[in-house]
Amino acid sequence: MAAAVPAQRSPFDEEETVYSKVNLWTRLRRHRLAVAGVAVLAIMVLAAIFAKQIAPFDPNAIDNVHWQGTPLPPCFQSTLECGGHPLGTDEVGRDLFSRLLFGARISLTIGIFTVMVELVIGVTLGAVSGYYGGWVDWLIMRITDVFLSIPLLPLLLVLTAIVVATSNRASLSFWVLVVIIGGLSWPTVARLVRASFLVLREREFAEAARAVGNGDLRIIFRHLLPNAVAPIVVQATLDVANVIVLESTLSYLGFGIQPPTASWGSMLANAQANLQVAWWAAVFPGLCILFTTLSINYIGDGLRDALDPNMK
Amino acid sequence: MFTYVVRRTLAAIPLLLLISILLFVILNNAPGGPLAPYLQNPHITPADIERLKHNLGLDKPIWYRYVVWLVTVLHGDFGYSTSNSEPVMQAIRERLPATLELMGVSFVVSLLIGISAGIFSAVRPYSLADYFITTLAFFGQSMPVFWFALMLQLLFSVHGIPLPGGYQIQLPSAEMSSSDVFDWGDRIEHLILPVIVLALLNLALYSRFMRSSLLEVTKTDYMRTAAAKGLSGRTILFKHGLKNALIPVVTVVALSLPGILGGAIVTETIFAWPGAGRMFFNALQQSDIALMMGYLLILAVAVVFSNLLADIIYAWLDPRVAYD
Repeated sequence: MAAAVPAQRSPFDEEETVYSKVNLWTRLRRHRLAVAGVAVLAIMVLAAIFAKQIAPFDPNAIDNVHWQGTPLPPCFQSTLECGGHPLGTDEVGRDLFSRLLFGARISLTIGIFTVMVELVIGVTLGAVSGYYGGWVDWLIMRITDVFLSIPLLPLLLVLTAIVVATSNRASLSFWVLVVIIGGLSWPTVARLVRASFLVLREREFAEAARAVGNGDLRIIFRHLLPNAVAPIVVQATLDVANVIVLESTLSYLGFGIQPPTASWGSMLANAQANLQVAWWAAVFPGLCILFTTLSINYIGDGLRDALDPNMK
Repeated sequence: MFTYVVRRTLAAIPLLLLISILLFVILNNAPGGPLAPYLQNPHITPADIERLKHNLGLDKPIWYRYVVWLVTVLHGDFGYSTSNSEPVMQAIRERLPATLELMGVSFVVSLLIGISAGIFSAVRPYSLADYFITTLAFFGQSMPVFWFALMLQLLFSVHGIPLPGGYQIQLPSAEMSSSDVFDWGDRIEHLILPVIVLALLNLALYSRFMRSSLLEVTKTDYMRTAAAKGLSGRTILFKHGLKNALIPVVTVVALSLPGILGGAIVTETIFAWPGAGRMFFNALQQSDIALMMGYLLILAVAVVFSNLLADIIYAWLDPRVAYD
């Protein structure tokens, strides 16, 4: 998280708006729940990275030895019946724990990549809008209004359904989802960046940068953007959590990651039908989502406090 | 004030037009465009498709088609829903009451509990109760709606922790809205779980916002003045504090509508609630593009108007807002 804050300071910036990495961490540490969030998230990330090494089974393999047609319970519930599956198996006999580990890869990376897409679009449009003003600003803001007026989840569902109708469900790949979700969730970022730029472009250091003959691009990216980074970092952090929830919802409804690929959401796709026979298949993937998003939200809250005490 | 209302209302029109253009473009770039459902039907020959294309004017330029589409939509004709075998408007009108009932009840519940919890939190900041409420709010914001719904079903329906009635609505929507079979007890039984699920999301949002807004107001000069005048704590809180703290909450409530509309689709689907949200989900699975678009357009209109309403209420409540 801290790496997202540039240590470099604009030479014309007389005010201390950009914090060094060390300072940020000291401030973040005061927020105890954010620290707990960092710890939980670190465990999740490590589990995702070393999924191959940790996973006791192949996540997509059906346990032919113990499989009797009903999901195997977790070992803590029944050591005899679990067949060595620590958290039991899902409704077709795949090891739940291994699937959770590999699911972490999809769920976490989709959050990060989608927010990157969102940032590229949102920061660019917001910066152009706030820096140039005039009719460009007007046009971009009206487009932003349009996207903010259509409820995100239904719109995502329609777009993914159209993709499904075009070819088939299997074409709803990881990257297609990243592009669709990222391509629709940028307006909040764009508004934030624009608001910062409207203020920053009038400041003396911006004027000085212009006076010494810097080009627009250089002023935007080297002088203004570093000073607008605090609210963007907070919003991006919170959006990672939002995207993870969105992906899980889409996958749960069948319009996200497709089986047999495991994501925490796609693992829940059949959970409702099997609630009677396999509570564990419904509980554990959801707990993973909950703890991850809760951690990220607490980190976001901590970052907000650490980066700018005046920010709401 | 009047000119302000008129001006804001007029400003909503180009926004709605832009939304309709975007939706029209999406609709027409869908495979086969509005004819998608027919393409999968083996009984319809390519010649039929050509004929339909011609009859529906799909061989005309796109701007022409947009204008035609807009005019029919403005006349309340959203096309024909293939998944319901009836006009889109009729299908939505039949199921909207059930959706409005669910959304209305959960909205009132989340507003009442969320605002009270926020006030309670702000009055005793950093107390045990405040930490409890704030933590719950974080959980509410982080939890996927559908998973919360599944967990409630697991607890109350599968594991039989007593809660009156089941979670499944068996009644068709026509029966739901007719008064002769109206049974309050039965209705409430079926509403409990979906309302809890749908309310939680916004409850968290409202209580967090109410808390920070009231805490902000507590620091203002006029609150200190009120205290200096020797007013009682209760009067200060309710007459001076709350009245001002509630103003920004209006905006948050309006901005939460898109989330409720999305949440309603998920909640209705999971609890088999016979509303428009579940119908929308069925339409998704059957590539019924006309219904998807009609519903999406209606949702967007609802969002635009709720934002407009919030702006007007805000201006009316807060004399500091300039009307021009």
